[in-house]
Amino acid sequence: MEFLTIIQVLDSTIRLATPLLLACLAGLYSERSGIFDIGLEGKMLMAAFFSAAAAAMTGSVWLGLLAGIVASMVLSGLHGLASITFRGNQLISGVAINFLASGMTVLIAQDWFQQGGRTPSLMGGARFTPITFPFADAVRDVPIFGPIYSELLSGHSILVYVAFLAVPATWFVLFRTRFGLRLRAVGENPAAVDTAGVSVVGLRFAAVAICGVLCGIAGAYLATALQAGFVKEMTAGRGFIALAALIFAKWRPWQAMGACLLFGLLQAVALRFQNIDLGGIVIPVQAMDALPYILTVVILAGFVGKAIPPRAGGSPYVKER
Amino acid sequence: MTLMKSLTGAAAAIALTAGTALAEPALIFDLGGKFDKSFNEAAYNGAKRWADETGGTFREIELQSEAQREQALRRFAEAGANPVITTGFAFATPVEAVAGDYPDTKFVNIDGFLPEIPDNVLMISFQEHQGSYLVGMMAAMASESDTIGFIGGMDIPLIRHFGCGYAQGAKAVNPDINVLANMTGTTPAAWNDPVKGSELTKAQISQGADVVYAAAGGTGVGVLQTAADEDILSIGVDSNQNYLHPGKVLTSMLKRVDVAVYEAMKAGADVETGSMVLGLAENGVGYALDEHNQSLVSDEMKAAVDEARQKIIDGEIDVVSYYANDSCPALSF
Repeated sequence: MEFLTIIQVLDSTIRLATPLLLACLAGLYSERSGIFDIGLEGKMLMAAFFSAAAAAMTGSVWLGLLAGIVASMVLSGLHGLASITFRGNQLISGVAINFLASGMTVLIAQDWFQQGGRTPSLMGGARFTPITFPFADAVRDVPIFGPIYSELLSGHSILVYVAFLAVPATWFVLFRTRFGLRLRAVGENPAAVDTAGVSVVGLRFAAVAICGVLCGIAGAYLATALQAGFVKEMTAGRGFIALAALIFAKWRPWQAMGACLLFGLLQAVALRFQNIDLGGIVIPVQAMDALPYILTVVILAGFVGKAIPPRAGGSPYVKER
Repeated sequence: MTLMKSLTGAAAAIALTAGTALAEPALIFDLGGKFDKSFNEAAYNGAKRWADETGGTFREIELQSEAQREQALRRFAEAGANPVITTGFAFATPVEAVAGDYPDTKFVNIDGFLPEIPDNVLMISFQEHQGSYLVGMMAAMASESDTIGFIGGMDIPLIRHFGCGYAQGAKAVNPDINVLANMTGTTPAAWNDPVKGSELTKAQISQGADVVYAAAGGTGVGVLQTAADEDILSIGVDSNQNYLHPGKVLTSMLKRVDVAVYEAMKAGADVETGSMVLGLAENGVGYALDEHNQSLVSDEMKAAVDEARQKIIDGEIDVVSYYANDSCPALSF
C-alpha cells in the first residue's frame, strides 16, 4: 500500500472519528455521573438540524453552532428532568429522546423550509471551512513529514481540533479537579457525596449539561462542517457507535479517543477498500461495517478485561427511604 | 367464532363497497422518504401532476419501518383506495401477499420483481442500465483522469444494475477507463447517510476519480455536495438533480417514475395489470439536459449519446443487464 493512500485513509479516519469522539465524551460525562444516556443519537440529530437551520437563516455558522448546542442542551435538560428530578427510567427517557428528535427534526424542517424535511444547502459563511496550518503548503513536498503535516493534520474544520482538545481537557477535569472527583463519586456512590454535603442533583445536572454541549458540537459538525445542511436521520446510528466506543474504552477519556479512532479507521478502511483480500481470504465490506459492534460484544463478554460501568449508573438517587 | 368471522367479513365488505365509490388512488413511499430529491420524490411529482390536472385527490403514506409495508397496503386497500401504488423493490413480496385478499383492488409496484404476477397487480420496471449506459458514456467523455466513480446506496441487485450499465457505457467510450464502485451499506439506512456518501466521494477522488455517479437516494445529496466542494463533476439519479449544484452536475440519469405514477393514476381503477417495462424507447429512462448543465455537455458528447440511444432502441447496442446472470461484464462489485 502506498504511503499517500495510508495518509488519505487516516485523514478520513479523523473526519469520521470526530463526531464519534464528541458524542463519546458527552456520554462519558453523563455516565460517569451515573446517568445512562442512550439519547446521544437524538441529541446529535436535533443539534444537527438546529445548527443547519440557524446557519441557513442567519448565514453565520457560529450562530448555527450556538443554536445546535442550545437545542441539544434542551433535550439534555429533558433527560435530566425525567431521570434525575422525577427519577424515571434513564433508558426509556433516552429512547424517548431519540424518537422525539427523529420526528421533530423532520416535522420542523418541513414546516420551516418546505424542502421535505431537509434544510437548504449552506453556502459560504454558513459552513465551517477547513483550517490550513501555517506552512502547510511549504512543507508539502518534504518526505514523510510533509504529507502528515499538510494532509493529515492540517485542513480540518475547527471542530475537529476542538474534539481532540476535549480529550485532555476531559481527562484533566475528571481526574485532576475537585469537580471531577465529585462527578465520578456521584456515579459510584451518590450517598457518600450527599453525606459530604454536596448536591447530587446539581452534579448530575452539570454532567448532563456538559453532555448536551458536546452532543451539540457533534451534531453541528455533521451538518455544517462535514455536510452542507441537514438531511433526515443524518446521524445514521453514530450515537450508538459512540456508546459502543464508550463501553469499549471502559469509560475513560484517552481510551475513548483510541476507541473512536479505531472505529473511525474501520469505517475509513471499509469505505476505501470494498473487499479486502488477505492472501486468499476475502473480507467483505459488510464484515468491516459490523466490526465495531462485534468488538463491543467481545468486550462486553469479558474477553478483553471486564468493562464495569459506574456503579450507581442507571439508578436514580433517592435521598431517604 | 364463525359468527365473528362473518361479521368482520361483512364489515370489511361494506367498507370496501363504501370505498370503491370514492376510489381515490393511494401512493406508498418507500423508506427513502417522499422528499429524497430522487426516486420517491419523482413518484410524488407524478402524483401531484395528476392531482393538479384532474383536481383529484390521492392518499399517501411515508413508511417509517419495514414492518409497516403490509399494514399500509391493507389499510389503503380496506379504505377503498384504487389503485394502490407502491414504490421500491422491497414492496414486491408484500404486494404479492396482500393482492389475493383484495381482488377488486389494483396494486401497482415500481421497481419490484415477481416471478408470477397476481391478476390484479401491475409491476412496472425500468431499464435503468440503458439510461446509466448513456450517462456512463458522458462521464467517460468528461473525465480527464480516465477514472470515474459510482456510488450506490444499499447494496442490492437493482443498484448493481445501475452501476453495471454505467460501467458498460464508460468502457464503450474508453476501454481503458478505470471505474471505481462503492456501496454505502447493506441496510436501508444506506439511503440516508450523506456523511458516508461524502467520505466515499472523497475516497474516490483521492483514487483519481473526476466524475462520480450517485445512485443512492438521500445519500446522493452528500455525494453531489462533496463533488461540488472538491470541484469535480457528479451525476444525479432518478429525478433531475442538475439544479442542486449548477455547473457541477454533469447530468442526471432520469428514471421517469413520475410518468409511471401519473399514468397509473390516470388509468385509475381500470389500470392494466401485468408487467410493464419502460426503457429508452418508451422514454422511461434518459439523461437530463437543461440550463444548469448545458455548458458542461459539449455538442460532440450530445451527438454521441443520442446516437447510442438510437442504437440501443434499434437493438444495435446490447446493454447487458445485471439481472441476466447476476454479474456484470464491465465491473466487479
